[in-house]
Amino acid sequence: MRASSGRTAGGSGLRPPSAVVKIAGVLFSLALTFLGLTAITFVISRVMPVDPVLAIVGDRASNEVYQQVYLQLGLDQPVYVQYLKYLGQLAQGDLGSSIMTTRPVLEDIRRFFPATLELATVATLLGIFVGVPMGVFAAVHQGRWPDHIVRVVALLGYSAPIFWLGLVALLIFYAKLGWVAGPGRLDVFYDGIIDPVTGILTIDAALARDWDIFRNALSHLILPGAILGTFALAYIARMTRSFMLDQLSQEYILTARVKGIPESRIIWGHAFRNVLVQLITIIGLTYASLLEGSVLTETVFSWPGIGQYITSSLFNNDMNAVLGGTIVVGACFVGINMLSDLLYRLVDPRIR
Amino acid sequence: MPQAPLLRVEDLQVSYNTPTGLVQAVSGVSFELGREKLGIVGESGSGKSQTGRAILGLTAPGGRVRARRLEFDDVDLLRADARSMRRIRGGCISMIMQDPKYSLNPVMTIGAQIEEAFLVHRKTSTSEARRRTLDMLSAVKIRAPERVYKAYPHEVSGGMGQRVMIAMMMIPEPDIIIADEPTSALDVTVQLQVLAVLDDMLSEHRMGLIFISHDLNLVASFCDRILVMYGGKVVEECAAAELEQARHPYTRGLLNCLPSLDGEQGELPVLRRDPAWLTAAEGAQ
Repeated sequence: MRASSGRTAGGSGLRPPSAVVKIAGVLFSLALTFLGLTAITFVISRVMPVDPVLAIVGDRASNEVYQQVYLQLGLDQPVYVQYLKYLGQLAQGDLGSSIMTTRPVLEDIRRFFPATLELATVATLLGIFVGVPMGVFAAVHQGRWPDHIVRVVALLGYSAPIFWLGLVALLIFYAKLGWVAGPGRLDVFYDGIIDPVTGILTIDAALARDWDIFRNALSHLILPGAILGTFALAYIARMTRSFMLDQLSQEYILTARVKGIPESRIIWGHAFRNVLVQLITIIGLTYASLLEGSVLTETVFSWPGIGQYITSSLFNNDMNAVLGGTIVVGACFVGINMLSDLLYRLVDPRIR
Repeated sequence: MPQAPLLRVEDLQVSYNTPTGLVQAVSGVSFELGREKLGIVGESGSGKSQTGRAILGLTAPGGRVRARRLEFDDVDLLRADARSMRRIRGGCISMIMQDPKYSLNPVMTIGAQIEEAFLVHRKTSTSEARRRTLDMLSAVKIRAPERVYKAYPHEVSGGMGQRVMIAMMMIPEPDIIIADEPTSALDVTVQLQVLAVLDDMLSEHRMGLIFISHDLNLVASFCDRILVMYGGKVVEECAAAELEQARHPYTRGLLNCLPSLDGEQGELPVLRRDPAWLTAAEGAQ
């Protein structure tokens, strides 16, 4: 808040630390979290009762071949040495190769992750732009029919199994009505026409100004986006409602009413600004958890996302792919948490 | 008061429908208010705060307000539509709330909150509103108005917060201020400073005041006239100077409970409540 001179942290304690120090602190804890994440996932991948050698050579390989690969993988060394080696490779952007796809894991992730990113972003935006107004609307009409409707919708969206919702939606909107395209990200004959720039098909098509492909990609995106969005929306609407009810019962709302402020300003200008502080965390968490890839939605809609990639790698004992995917997803999670933490500080003057 | 009263309250009733039945918070309160200082004293639950809220039409959801008469300057407050009520709130009748820690919006700057109270009732430019806000902050004896203007509520002390509250409620120049326990959340020394500021502002702008408190002595020294409430009813009305001669046994009982600084102090008497106080209407008037 107050301008502080360029003094370093840990000073007298009377002055709030400067912005630079705070950011350095955040980055430090970020690095530490990331290191912990890699350590835990690495150890888990090594103690799992899975033989990485067998996964590569197959169960008919001779003992010599087995031994050779065993040594090549460095499995004879202690786990901490293996971990340090892995970290060294990671620092160079090398996540190893996938057995299943035979390509470098990083390249795989570059192909699969944008699909998840696209879906998660659409779902989160839906959750924000529909869920937040729904929650506010419900709270303002607490106990009356708009509130009941929102609560039932939120409960349904939260508790309906997502694969069931997905299948029913496909049946109605794709098979019966033909309003949207079916599973997958694009119709087959559009596949591979445009260059992947971002990997997000709608954006790539728009960049290439190919509006046919853009429309097709969008048509494929709508249904899974809406299904996943319903889930996000239900959660965000429920949380917004309860945060809003809490704020509306605060004393400062009565103060605003005493001042003669119009009701809409009281709701959006006074109460919602306080709700926003709490909502940032909720939205950040929702987005981060959707970025993990939702395996069920991706499976139902044949959406080639990171969730599917990690799951099928796991079934194939493809540990490099699992490890790489987990680390990328974890990094996203940590990154979004940090971002929401920064936003939170920006919105709430009490913790700046 | 020689002039026509600003506020007329006659047989005010506030009741709440609760799961366990109807609760009568205020039952039959009547008084008139001119440009004077009226104190309403009573213990918690006596209906004094509910009276204040009912005047502003801000009874909590589930509450029902009835009255033979509830008028401000010939406007019927019970029948006024939402729009005219909004004009009256803040613009004509305002309320100073109890605890600035909770009654100021934590994520808005103090300046913005005061300015808003002014702009909602006056059509002026924001620069004019800003100037007025800074003037108002100096008027409530805030030494660094520019700094407080940009500060957030958590950055100021309780006493300063309550002076900010006074500035915010007085900036549209209402005719009546309702102060609901305005100093209960403050230290004793700060209480006096805040009351001095309130007193200055009141006499400068010639506003009427309803001072709601549980502190009999404070009200007696600050107000012109006192209503004593008990169980939703007014049991005694008297001039502040004549409080010592109060006749109602409840008021007498309250006065007797207060320790005195002079002389030897024995055991303080305990107030004995008589159920007849609740049924006897409007006590000795």
